[in-house]
Amino acid sequence: MSDPMAEIREGFFAECEELLESLQDGLQTLSESAAPDAEAVNVTFRAVHSIKGGAGAFGLDTLVGFAHRYESVLDLLRSGKLDLDPALMRLLFRAADLLQDHVRAAHEDDPTVPEGSADCLEALDALAGADPAEPEPEVTDFQPLVLSFGDFGSEESSAALPSFMVLDSTSLADWEVRFHPRTELYRSANEPLYLLRTLTDLGATEIVCDGDIPPLEDLTEDSAEICWRIVMPGHLSETEIREVFDFVDGLCDLTIAPLPLAEVEENSEPPAPWPPVPAPPPTGEQTKDAPPAPAGPKPESAPGEPPPAREAHGEAAATVRVNLDRIDRLVNLVGELVITQAMLAQSVAEAGLQPNASLRSGLDSFTLLTREIQDSVMMIRAQPVKPLFQRMARIVREAAAATGKDVQLRPLGETTEVDKTVIERLSDPLTHMIRNAVDHGIEPPEKRIEAGKTRTGTITLSARHRAGRLEIELSDDGGGINRKRVLETAIARGLVPADAPLGDAEIDNLLFLPGFSTAKSVSALSGRGVGMDVVRSAIHALGGRVAIRSEFGKGTVFTISLPLTLAVLDGMVISVAGETLVVPLSSILETAAMRPDDVRTVAGSTPVLQLRGSFVPLCDLGAEMGYHAQRPVVRDGTVLVTALENGNRAALIVDEIVEQRQVVIKGLGDSYGRIPGVAAATILGDGRIALILDPADLVRNMTRAGRAQPLAV
Amino acid sequence: MSLSVLAVDDSRTIRDMLGLALGSAGIEVHLAEDGIAGLEALEGLTPDAIISDINMPRLDGFGFIEAVRRLERFRATPILVLTTEAAPELRARARAAGATGWIVKPFDPPKLVRALHMVAGQEDA
Amino acid sequence: MTQQNSVQKHHGAEIELLSFRLGEDEYCVGIMSVREIRGWTRPTPLPHAPPHLRGVINLRGTVLPVVDLSLRLGMDPVGGDARNVIIVVQINGHAVGLLVHAVSDILALESDDLQPPPETAGSDGARFISALAIVDERMVRILNLEAVLPDLTVEAA
Repeated sequence: MSDPMAEIREGFFAECEELLESLQDGLQTLSESAAPDAEAVNVTFRAVHSIKGGAGAFGLDTLVGFAHRYESVLDLLRSGKLDLDPALMRLLFRAADLLQDHVRAAHEDDPTVPEGSADCLEALDALAGADPAEPEPEVTDFQPLVLSFGDFGSEESSAALPSFMVLDSTSLADWEVRFHPRTELYRSANEPLYLLRTLTDLGATEIVCDGDIPPLEDLTEDSAEICWRIVMPGHLSETEIREVFDFVDGLCDLTIAPLPLAEVEENSEPPAPWPPVPAPPPTGEQTKDAPPAPAGPKPESAPGEPPPAREAHGEAAATVRVNLDRIDRLVNLVGELVITQAMLAQSVAEAGLQPNASLRSGLDSFTLLTREIQDSVMMIRAQPVKPLFQRMARIVREAAAATGKDVQLRPLGETTEVDKTVIERLSDPLTHMIRNAVDHGIEPPEKRIEAGKTRTGTITLSARHRAGRLEIELSDDGGGINRKRVLETAIARGLVPADAPLGDAEIDNLLFLPGFSTAKSVSALSGRGVGMDVVRSAIHALGGRVAIRSEFGKGTVFTISLPLTLAVLDGMVISVAGETLVVPLSSILETAAMRPDDVRTVAGSTPVLQLRGSFVPLCDLGAEMGYHAQRPVVRDGTVLVTALENGNRAALIVDEIVEQRQVVIKGLGDSYGRIPGVAAATILGDGRIALILDPADLVRNMTRAGRAQPLAV
Repeated sequence: MSLSVLAVDDSRTIRDMLGLALGSAGIEVHLAEDGIAGLEALEGLTPDAIISDINMPRLDGFGFIEAVRRLERFRATPILVLTTEAAPELRARARAAGATGWIVKPFDPPKLVRALHMVAGQEDA
Repeated sequence: MTQQNSVQKHHGAEIELLSFRLGEDEYCVGIMSVREIRGWTRPTPLPHAPPHLRGVINLRGTVLPVVDLSLRLGMDPVGGDARNVIIVVQINGHAVGLLVHAVSDILALESDDLQPPPETAGSDGARFISALAIVDERMVRILNLEAVLPDLTVEAA
């Protein structure tokens, strides 16, 4: 925190993320628009350009080099010198991916050049027609090398100079500077006085105003009648003096020449054959009142006119960057606040106050405020899923390239926001699913054409808020699940009995079984070794669910439902065997009262509950949690019907439903491993810890214990 | 009297760096993120000098400088262009738009400060 | 089995120990590892946990596991009444509560007073003892917390 440059450097990398995002956006727009979209090209150009500019400031030469060569191609595209064909589009995407790798490498001080850079650069350079050996001029220091502009050393010969005695201790000849501003100099808001002042600071020994000063009444503020003659000490280099005039180069007549030394016998220094007056440039007309176009081709008809303001950017909301630790601290504190509020509410309730006591109404507003603060704080952590989706677009491109398939990703609902942690932890499972979809879902081009589909397969990735949760849908228009083969495989591996009467949905869900694989050969790409069971566990760990549906020949859809935050959840507080537990509301389909007649046993001992015509496995929660021993089948009481991620249901027997409320999620730590059926813990109003159930996990483990059919997977 | 400068750049990194470099030199820095924002900022400001990037969304540097020069109040306000390009034709374009000078990115803070003092006619501190 | 992980062993150095009672026996841990002592709170039981892990309690907003030290050392469980206490110790960055019958004293011993425990091969309790000492004619057993709570040390940084 103490080093402002380190902070700015971090800020730069944060900005790079945003720039890479706009780069992807721009490329996406370009790839989708039929006609060349000038603004999209500008957006991509600016993004790469800004990365280059910032990288240069930190001396990240490798990154600068890559960005520069990428930018050159974008510049050609911008000026219409390149046509955007599919091959170029692919190259631009590829370069964007690599630019991201370069940014990451630079951020991590990783000197390894990202894989594939060389090939990509070669392709870029081939287009730009650049000589790859050419050094990037951008990395030069503040002042560019002084170009030998030719507006000096012209008509005024040194012969016209009065001989002037300068006695200097150095043996170097002093410089005589002749400076004659033109009108344009004044028009560009340059001020000769300031230039002279700077020369004085540098040690000018003599400044003489020269030239024909017009009568005062003819004098305008920008009349160019005045010129100066300045003597500068000889220890300065010509470059140092010329630098002062850098900004007015071309706006004035300037000569810098060594003064002849007074003592001629000391004349062993090089002043004599000076100055090597370069040829005047073609534009170097000497007209005193030239129109304000001393150089440069067409100042008015500038290409790349400022684009019209664009919607999203138009009202860019002001933002502030905050260290994530501070936010996390705030989130934790708000969690404490929520717990304290709950405790307070409980104490007030127990105090048995009058319903209209002011303490009560005060507490009510306090409760409301707490909830609002909590929501606001959670919103700080919320981020759009867009960066995640862009990463997935890259996965699709790479997976498609690796499998020789034609696949495009269609992102929907990218602005949907969700907690940053959810986004981060969704990346791995989603990557795996996307690779699977490309590898196993989308058919090879020839097969697609055979099937009457477009050559290019489409994977749609969508996000939306639904009932207080984030719903992500990943669908492909590929071949769908080959259920016959899935079932055969599952039977062959002993995952289901050979005669299991499985419906379509149940067969699809076999994909989530640990170790399941239908791929004839394990593909290097999706690495079927880790299967969808890992994906499901990862989503599970986030408090999410994943469901699958598929139509043979048409494609497969995965639906992932996730909490919007990992900090709080809406839960149902229940009591079982004297223990208080919290069941996530999102997993509860309904609560019901059992009637003895509704409870049956199948396969000898497995109890099921008949619920409106279908049978739902019955779970004696108290026994499953180890609160009491196994009991004979319980036939009355209350059940919570919960949704399992495979679309199945289970009924949990509870003693009492206490209340519905929001609870702060507390991790159980890693000290005692994962507890089956338990997702996390929370602190209740009485200060005690209650466990938060993971019903699906609970039922799955119950299944493993062999007390239900695999049917209830 | 300290200088006051408006710096317009769409890159947050460059804005941060300008803020740091100029601020630590005792210059009062105002920042804007593109040409439009720059013009808006000028409604309530009379800086001694302006620094502007070229490639910016909404209104680029050329457009910004031209617009500033059209304002009578800023006809004589020095404008330095921040550019990654050393190409003469870019400078010429910037100058034609009304720029006073240019600075090549990445900039060297002391030199930038010196340049500002020079174009704004103030002695170095 | 003679390592003395939980106590300092500089020659002649003074060691401060917190002693407590488990059943009829007296045990102690290095005071440096003790964070605080709390009265009995009924822990929330964790399903499928080993019996000595009695559950978790709320320690100012964090979830603190509570280990029944008596049960862990192969003796009868601590009953859990108002006289019992939970000693919160910090081992390798993890906080854990040790449920004991009662806290007795703070002892200051010279390291010379410590004796290696007798080799009682096979005895489960013995491997948790890093040293013995005689204080006022009572035998005090100094616990090796890393051995008592190996789960917390496997991930030690």
